[in-house]
Amino acid sequence: MIRLLDSLLRIVALTRKELLAVLKDKRSRMSLLIPPVVQAMIFGYAATYDLNHVTYAVLDQDHSAASRQLLAGLDGSGVFERVADLQRPADIASYIDARRALLVLQVNQNFERQLLAGTGANVQLIADGRNSNTAGTAIGYVTSIVEQFNSDWGGEHGWTAAPIKVVDRAWYNPNLETRWFMIPGMIGTLTLIQTMMLTAMSVAREREQGTFDQLLVTPFRPFEIMAGKALPSILVGTIQASGVLLVAQLWFRIPFAGSYLTLYAGLMMFLLAAVGIGLLVSAVAATMQQAMLYSMLLIMPFSLLSGLTTPLSSMPRWLQYLTAINPLRYAIDITRRVYLEGAGLFLLLSDLWPLAVLAALTLWGASWMFSHRMQ
Amino acid sequence: MIAWHSKLRRIRALVWKETHQVVRDPSSVAIGVVLPLILILLFGYGLSLDVSNVPIAVVIEEPSPEAMELVAGFQLSPYFHPRLMRTMRQAQQLLLEHSVDGIVRIGPDFSRHVSAGDAELQLIVHGGDANRARIIQGYVRGAVGAWSARQAVQGGAAATVPVSLQTRLWFNEADNSSYFLVPGLVVLVMTLIGGLLTTMVMAREWERGTMEALLVTPVRSGEILLGKTLPYFLLALVGFALCVLSATYLFHVPLRGALWVLLGASMLYVLVALGIGLLISSWVKNQLVASQLTMLVTFMPAFMLSGFLFDLRSTPLVVQLITYALPARYYVALLQTVFLAGNVWSVIVPNTLALAAMAGALALGSRAAMRKSLE
Repeated sequence: MIRLLDSLLRIVALTRKELLAVLKDKRSRMSLLIPPVVQAMIFGYAATYDLNHVTYAVLDQDHSAASRQLLAGLDGSGVFERVADLQRPADIASYIDARRALLVLQVNQNFERQLLAGTGANVQLIADGRNSNTAGTAIGYVTSIVEQFNSDWGGEHGWTAAPIKVVDRAWYNPNLETRWFMIPGMIGTLTLIQTMMLTAMSVAREREQGTFDQLLVTPFRPFEIMAGKALPSILVGTIQASGVLLVAQLWFRIPFAGSYLTLYAGLMMFLLAAVGIGLLVSAVAATMQQAMLYSMLLIMPFSLLSGLTTPLSSMPRWLQYLTAINPLRYAIDITRRVYLEGAGLFLLLSDLWPLAVLAALTLWGASWMFSHRMQ
Repeated sequence: MIAWHSKLRRIRALVWKETHQVVRDPSSVAIGVVLPLILILLFGYGLSLDVSNVPIAVVIEEPSPEAMELVAGFQLSPYFHPRLMRTMRQAQQLLLEHSVDGIVRIGPDFSRHVSAGDAELQLIVHGGDANRARIIQGYVRGAVGAWSARQAVQGGAAATVPVSLQTRLWFNEADNSSYFLVPGLVVLVMTLIGGLLTTMVMAREWERGTMEALLVTPVRSGEILLGKTLPYFLLALVGFALCVLSATYLFHVPLRGALWVLLGASMLYVLVALGIGLLISSWVKNQLVASQLTMLVTFMPAFMLSGFLFDLRSTPLVVQLITYALPARYYVALLQTVFLAGNVWSVIVPNTLALAAMAGALALGSRAAMRKSLE
């Protein structure tokens, strides 16, 4: 019992020393607290697939009441801005190529006559596919405006309405705002970088400066040294995650549907795994430079192949299996589901157990390597 | 004349020394050649916004020939992987477990409503991933539209809707998202290795004290910069060549512009990326802080704010102003245009000029930073 208490006291002392080392300097204190919050704000605005401003040009060869009615639908939507009325088909290329218009809508000469004759008319829509995702979203908007025109015009001119109407709704994010999806995902992403680096560096720095040997001649056991190195990083990570969470709720006002207890339980598991990987890196690396390089080599694929920006389900199968070792993948799923859907711990089991396995394996591996190196 | 001659000799000696250092240091070859290759492969395969085989629940509350025919449309489509069920409860549970991305509900009395012309199809998508949700909505509308058209043709009608939209996606007819993601990835990779190469090198020289040794020789600060930059410039170009080769041969992205335009723009960008690294490292002089700063000011903004993934047109004005300060923004516009659209001078010239101005400013800036640190 007393030995346990002693051990605990030693861990607390080491944690305190580590925290002092990181936080005593104002610049390093700021560099841990400011970036996640600032990044969450800027990226929260920038990281969106939604379109609220689409430039388009028109080649109206019909100049009829019907074509004007169709175009009024676009102009009145608040999303489309008409940048030009083209005269010749040859002008289309110059507007698209130079990125002056994302879309060009071409209405043929006999548009109104065909409509009145009941044969139906075609309208050409040309989109700049250099960013095919944006183009696809813009095409979707035009499609729904044309659908609206069809039901208005068709109703007035005695067309039979389409037999089926699709009534769609989106759950958990009714207005389909990318931001609702992206910012909860950033809670984990923005904390990963510095948490992992901090851990990886802390041991490497001591080793390079020779203070690690001094630490080894103290009564600390390898397990205690490791806990003392892990706890400060977990603490810093928790604070960073809370900062991003606050930005999501207070600045962007995204409604939080879940329980904080569940969210923090998931985050703890994630931070344990991230710190475990960081410790493993620092156990493998011989110098600070190596530790830094290795952790960067891990952080980049972790953050890009995590499902934050592009869905995991669009990846090839072999890569999906490979992402099983990515702790961020589970963290993003947890934060999103708790945040938007209010998912409970039971639904999150499929994310929690891989994190637990990752944490256990990396922490065990790191402690094995530390004790091995000591002898 | 003699001064000029000896200047050239000094630069040559420095380049020679630096080249030796590059060749003998496996870490810089790893960053310059191995890293870009791994990254472009991993991300080229891993990042995709294409949606296919979407698991959806199809709830048929009352089977009828019309309903089954509609379901057959979903089953035959490569976009869907439908799971049939009878009750809404079942489907909701699957949606909550993320086993399906959406629910299509065919209500009771469907066939009677179809013949009356007022049938409704309920579509519920999981709105979490808004972009994916929008794509799925589009697919479902398309499938229902195809079904309506078939019904109408069977009924002998000439046209089903007044206006039908014919869309064409220029530069990317097949709507393949890697066409726009891979050129963007090249930007990301070049940003990273350009920054890392010089950050690590200069900061290391300061940290080890060898910079002072260099500075007491007759070599001028501008000459040191030139000598440092040239070998890494060539190394980064090797990495760039590997990226372009994988883009065209592995990911089949067309290169429609001229090769010399691509190369010229990329050389400018590599200079800018190296310059940022130089500036940071001669300012901070600490490998650890310098590399973290490089990661924060180059990699993350290039990922989030360059237009590589997220279209900049919809971001608020303040964020757009920030992006104008980012070199990656201009390079993304250049690469997407040169790869997909061809030699569009109205895009190429202004963006290249912006990069050239930045390269010049960075060269002057790092020289000034170096001079100042002499005192």
